[in-house]
Amino acid sequence: MRDYGEGQGVRRSFLAYGFLALLHRVSRGRAALHKQTVLKVGLVIVLAFLLMTAIARAWPSVNGYSPILYRDGPRLGGPSLSHWMGTDQLQRDVFSRILGGGYASLIVAFAGVALSMVTGSLLGWISGYAGGWLDRVLSLAMDAIYAFPSLILAIVLVAMFGAGISPMIWAVGVVYIPTYFRVTRAESMQVRETTYIEAVRAIGASRTRIVLRHVAPNTINAIMAVSSFNLADAILTVAALSFLGFGLPPPAPDWGFDIQNGQKYLQSGSWWLITFPGLMIIALSLGFGLIGEGISDLVNPKRRRKHV
Amino acid sequence: MTSADVLLEVRDLEVHFAVPGVTVRAVDGVTYAIDSERTLGVVGESGCGKTVTALAIMGLIPSPPGRIVGGQILYHRDGGIVDLAQLPPRGQEMRAIRGNEIAMIFQEPMTSLNPVLTIGFQIMESITLHQRMTKREAKRQAVEMLRAVGIPLPEERVDEFPHQMSGGMRQRAMIAMALSCNPVLLIADEPTTALDVTIQAQVLELMNNLRRDFHAAIQFITHDLGVVAGMADDVAVMYLGRIVEAATVRDIFHSPKHPYTQGLMKSIPSLTRSKERLVPIEGIVPDPSDAPPGCGFEPRCPERMSICRTTPPPLVATAPGHDAACWLYQPDVHLVRRTLRGWK
Repeated sequence: MRDYGEGQGVRRSFLAYGFLALLHRVSRGRAALHKQTVLKVGLVIVLAFLLMTAIARAWPSVNGYSPILYRDGPRLGGPSLSHWMGTDQLQRDVFSRILGGGYASLIVAFAGVALSMVTGSLLGWISGYAGGWLDRVLSLAMDAIYAFPSLILAIVLVAMFGAGISPMIWAVGVVYIPTYFRVTRAESMQVRETTYIEAVRAIGASRTRIVLRHVAPNTINAIMAVSSFNLADAILTVAALSFLGFGLPPPAPDWGFDIQNGQKYLQSGSWWLITFPGLMIIALSLGFGLIGEGISDLVNPKRRRKHV
Repeated sequence: MTSADVLLEVRDLEVHFAVPGVTVRAVDGVTYAIDSERTLGVVGESGCGKTVTALAIMGLIPSPPGRIVGGQILYHRDGGIVDLAQLPPRGQEMRAIRGNEIAMIFQEPMTSLNPVLTIGFQIMESITLHQRMTKREAKRQAVEMLRAVGIPLPEERVDEFPHQMSGGMRQRAMIAMALSCNPVLLIADEPTTALDVTIQAQVLELMNNLRRDFHAAIQFITHDLGVVAGMADDVAVMYLGRIVEAATVRDIFHSPKHPYTQGLMKSIPSLTRSKERLVPIEGIVPDPSDAPPGCGFEPRCPERMSICRTTPPPLVATAPGHDAACWLYQPDVHLVRRTLRGWK
């Protein structure tokens, strides 16, 4: 009985050891995969989308069908060899519309994020370094923006500015200012207290100089990580705006607008009209999200340790 | 102290830190002077106001909560005397002095350099802030400064980042930065505390040599009496926000007057006298937010008298060039003390 028990124990521990070793290898493998590949996969996805959009922009009928002028397909035809992603109610090829449909999303996301990054970071650096009443006022203003659901605020702004690409850029740019403000303010408050900032003050540097030359570079890592996640979010916001009709005017291909157009025919079984643009939006957003994840892992040692 | 040219005079300086509910008198009536091209060692325990005094001179008191509430900091420059305590700390004038004429190096070389900028950039910055110079000239001077503080291969080191250097190297780089504008006064706030002993000795020797080469005065803040003995010409001993004794190094070590200084001397281990017990100073430093109304050292003083409890002693000359703030050296107080003893 006892021998048996011990034998069992040995076998069990052997099995357990084997299992643990396996787990260890798998998790290490996953860690290694995670560290490098997440960033790479994200970059590949985003670059592929950029390339695709650029080609479709330069040569709209790259797959043989013009996204706007071609009207000879079957009406609401399902995916087939000649029309890979089917055709819509105006007999246009869905695939050709998919190829060029990311243009507005990409332009607005990049320009809008750049706008909010510059404004938000600048305000954040100033607010965090200066402190006092200025910090109070700016933080309150930012919290006021942040308190709105971003999409609602974007809709309000676009409604004020009108539809089209540049109003959307302004809307996205304003909506995401607090995101950068919060991050850079926190970082800059932290940096402000360090000895090296005191040392720079001791050599007689002005406040402007300290903020731009010494505080700002210390916050770049955080800004980088946030901006990728932010791009992912912005893609979704732009899609939503287009869906609601604030994007490009109708004949132009646009994922968000095409979903809105396609959902009317979903009940009659034309799933391809919304599935493919939806997948594109998700994939692009995922690409930016993965880049953000990868950058966070690279710049944040605490996160990195967790994965290893 | 000798009657050489006075460079900086601090008179009755008071710096308070006001946190809601409490006011901490970090510096409570400090008076001392630094002569040009001499080294003044400021000695005292942690929290006695050494660093705050230095920051007040630099105009770097964190405000709020800190504030200079009284006194003068008279800086004797070529054009006349300026009261640094009156200058707006962020103004043009103060910035032109700070870093250029009065420079400071900090305790922690590991954290005193910006991690994301090269050593060269940081030295060049302090040069170009105060002098008209092209980038290339500034860089050449940065290299020269690194050479002067004994950093090997300065041409290569100038483009390195702080994390590529050791603590001693970084402190040398900090010194290079501080001296790059040829200041008349260098305030060194415990520059060797964070370094190990061999590096300490090198850095101290370097500072001594540089003082001679650059004709600068040094205010050397430390709690290490050994360092003071080796570095300083004059010594000011601080306790609880006040100067308790000021004299030449010789006088401080050979004939300390104030009971606190005497206590410090008794607590230094000696190589020559054997089998002697070290005598620590009884008690602990009072909380500066709840300082005793009289002499700050009274609760711990072996020679306390009743007057010590009520009235802070003034700083008076006990001998030529030797000041102490203690009632023991007030001639008429002896009478009081004798009377008190008679009562017992």
